[in-house]
Amino acid sequence: MKASMTLSGLLVALIAVFVGTPALAMEGVPARFGQILVDQLEARDADDGTVAAWSANAWYGGDINKLYFATEGERLMDRGGETESLETRLAWSRAFAPYWDWQLGVRRDWQPDDPNRDWVSVGVMGVAPYFFETEANLFLGESGHSELRLEAEYELLFTQRLILTPEVEASLYGKEDRDLGIGQGLATVEAGLRLRYEIRREFAPYIGVHWEKKFGDTADFARDHGEDTSDTMLVAGIRVWY
Amino acid sequence: MTTSFSLPRRRFVQGLALGGTALGLGLTPTQLFARQGQTGAPELRGNQFQLNIGAADVNLTGRNRPATLVNGSLPAPTLRWREGETVTLRVTNHLPETTSIHWHGLLLPFQMDGVPGLSFDGIAPGETFTYQFPLRQSGTYWYHSHSGFQEQSGLYGGLIIDPAEPDPHTVDRDYAVVLSDWSDQDPKRIYATLKKLSHYYNFSERTLFDTLRDFREKGVVRTLKDRHMWNRMRMSETDLADVTGYTYSFLVNGHTPAANWQARFEPGERIKLRFINASAMTIFDLRIPGLDMTVVAMDGQPVKPVRFHECRLGVAETLDVIVEPKDHRAYTLFAQTIDRSGYARGTLTPDPSLSAEVPELDPVPLLGHREMGMGAMDHGAMGHDSGAMKTMDHSRMNHGGMDPGDMNHGDMSGGMDHGSMNHQGMSHGTQDGMDHSAMGHTNHDTNAAVPFAVSADNPDLPARQSATEHADSEYGPGVDMRAMSPVPMLDDPGIGLRDRDWKVLTYADLEYAHGLPDSTQPEREIVLHLTGNMERYMWSFNGIPFADAEPLELYHNERVRLTLVNDTMMHHPIHLHGLWSDLELGDGRLLRKHTLLVKPGEKLSYLVRADALGRWAYHCHLLYHMEAGMFREVRVVPRHQHHTDEESRS
Repeated sequence: MKASMTLSGLLVALIAVFVGTPALAMEGVPARFGQILVDQLEARDADDGTVAAWSANAWYGGDINKLYFATEGERLMDRGGETESLETRLAWSRAFAPYWDWQLGVRRDWQPDDPNRDWVSVGVMGVAPYFFETEANLFLGESGHSELRLEAEYELLFTQRLILTPEVEASLYGKEDRDLGIGQGLATVEAGLRLRYEIRREFAPYIGVHWEKKFGDTADFARDHGEDTSDTMLVAGIRVWY
Repeated sequence: MTTSFSLPRRRFVQGLALGGTALGLGLTPTQLFARQGQTGAPELRGNQFQLNIGAADVNLTGRNRPATLVNGSLPAPTLRWREGETVTLRVTNHLPETTSIHWHGLLLPFQMDGVPGLSFDGIAPGETFTYQFPLRQSGTYWYHSHSGFQEQSGLYGGLIIDPAEPDPHTVDRDYAVVLSDWSDQDPKRIYATLKKLSHYYNFSERTLFDTLRDFREKGVVRTLKDRHMWNRMRMSETDLADVTGYTYSFLVNGHTPAANWQARFEPGERIKLRFINASAMTIFDLRIPGLDMTVVAMDGQPVKPVRFHECRLGVAETLDVIVEPKDHRAYTLFAQTIDRSGYARGTLTPDPSLSAEVPELDPVPLLGHREMGMGAMDHGAMGHDSGAMKTMDHSRMNHGGMDPGDMNHGDMSGGMDHGSMNHQGMSHGTQDGMDHSAMGHTNHDTNAAVPFAVSADNPDLPARQSATEHADSEYGPGVDMRAMSPVPMLDDPGIGLRDRDWKVLTYADLEYAHGLPDSTQPEREIVLHLTGNMERYMWSFNGIPFADAEPLELYHNERVRLTLVNDTMMHHPIHLHGLWSDLELGDGRLLRKHTLLVKPGEKLSYLVRADALGRWAYHCHLLYHMEAGMFREVRVVPRHQHHTDEESRS
């Protein structure tokens, strides 16, 4: 209850800040744009069946200030389907350097069986030298929980339309969360390699591999539950944006 | 390059042979006029005009697409006026949105200049605005909308003012050749797309195979070092045009390459071609294989004739040339885009059944050190030339957006040692008592220093030591690079044209035909850096977009120097309304222009006589750069106001 009040308060503050900083174009009309990018929408051939996974974001705003929304999750498609994880994040994104935005926001993890987890997020996002799309976020949750998430992605052009995207993501936790089977320290590393063909820039089917591995106590918890600590999956999906 | 053209793609590039043929299926002539635009511009002569701006469809690619037209034609009618007369134009807006017409390059009262927000409020839907002004000049100009993206969707046309006195260059035939870019996409959509993914239209990006080829041809180490520089900077070396042949069809007088606009001639005739680059975004490299051209005017103003074979024409520039084909054969007017993603084409022919070969597009040129604002450092022949060095401001060398440590100077073709360059025999900026004006403008016929305009009220005018110094406002999210050592490039044919076997026209070849049009002695110097962030698609002057800027004030009748430093990797055609821009060519020579194409990494200066009071637009003529904020208001105000201001301040 208290947490959700904090969240909505933050949200209101966030939107107020965003709306209160208009960028004016030549004719006095606010120049605002928006984009919805479904970066990954794919089927994964996992050990325990077919998993649908997605990673998408959207933004709306001017050159400097944007309202940013991101979601990712996984859903087991077999046996009637079950959402394994669903995460949503809403942030105020502000450009502070030519290639970098910082982001301040809130995140909610929708747990199918356990109580939802809420977080406040602080992060940076941008293009590092060598064109690495980079994101680093620190999430601060209730009861002293914290997560540091680091992501990097690269685009390698075979042709103007055939593009290979290696990416890697690591999650580190500041405190054990037994309910969710997460240990302290480095918990998971995910890596992917996806080859897409841009029929249009906005529409690209892809195939690839996705690899996940659990580390440390997180791996031990998984073993205790009789789960594998690493999984390599073939994936097929589409990348679309508007 | 691994791009292969599929058939539909090829058709898209070349367009339809049908052009804008109106296929009136069951429509009355009135309906047809209202709904279907014609391609090809009729010529309207006189001094009284009724122009109707309205929406219509045109079919350039096989699809009917909405356009914004004057009197139903694409381009708008070519208007033919006579110097000394007063013209009256009643312009009626049939669009559901505000419109305007700006008379590009004309000297007129600012209320007639047609820029909504500065000259007037614009022409509201259903309303008629009457433009009336005396013609104080002659030559080739053009007109276009200054509202939204209407210019991109067809609202542009040629403007020819015949001289009051007989033209010294008599010709047998006289053609206006309006070059433009057309997209089936809504221009608002193009702009929004650039904001989302700025390289969306660039299909010449470097691929893995290009790198492998470079490994073979240049060696692994050299390739990796080159890659290191570009990758560290997060820049694309093929970023020559924001919007390309991927979406554009390039037109000659409203005709696609397949529709092939034709101009007739008889062998032995003298023909004047008035090239007008009326594109929204496209810089053209223009030539007529098999035929040399002689330039007689640029931007409407007469120049001393120069024979040449190819010329780069920036957006909004005009070029009058005379050709004298002797043979009974056809010639191709070939205008390929700077990024080589397409071309506009027409034919000069004695017989409509003849056409000439269309040249292949050149390979995509790659941006280099010169475009990065690393000045003379990449060409060995010039690298150690003291003249070139004089223009480099070494005191600022390490203050650029690029870390010199990343640049592998030792591996550049000149083999220069950066360390020794910085410290041996070089004065470090103005502290050593170097005369800035003599250093920055080596061509002055006077050593008198011209003071920089400084104003505490205007962030565009901070105190500065040199023109190449970067203002504090250039350090922010909107600026992705700053040229370390911009240099004059007036005699540089430009990227992609440097290795030609034939004469490429440059600004340095040209000079106002009748000596000096005005004084070469400015009273003040205003410096503006052209800035941007390609990734975010932000464009500005001095890192400050129009929305955040103060007007630049000029004192009535003052002679002022405007110095532009291009801190971006792109060309920018910079246009000042209402006042001449007299480009300083050196040796006291001037070239009178209204639009100046500034190369990446270039520094140039021009003199302006502020002889027309009022509020004028000053901007990059790439439509989407202007919209993004590469725009200023210039206010010419009575001089006494300023003297009072300054006295009260001091």
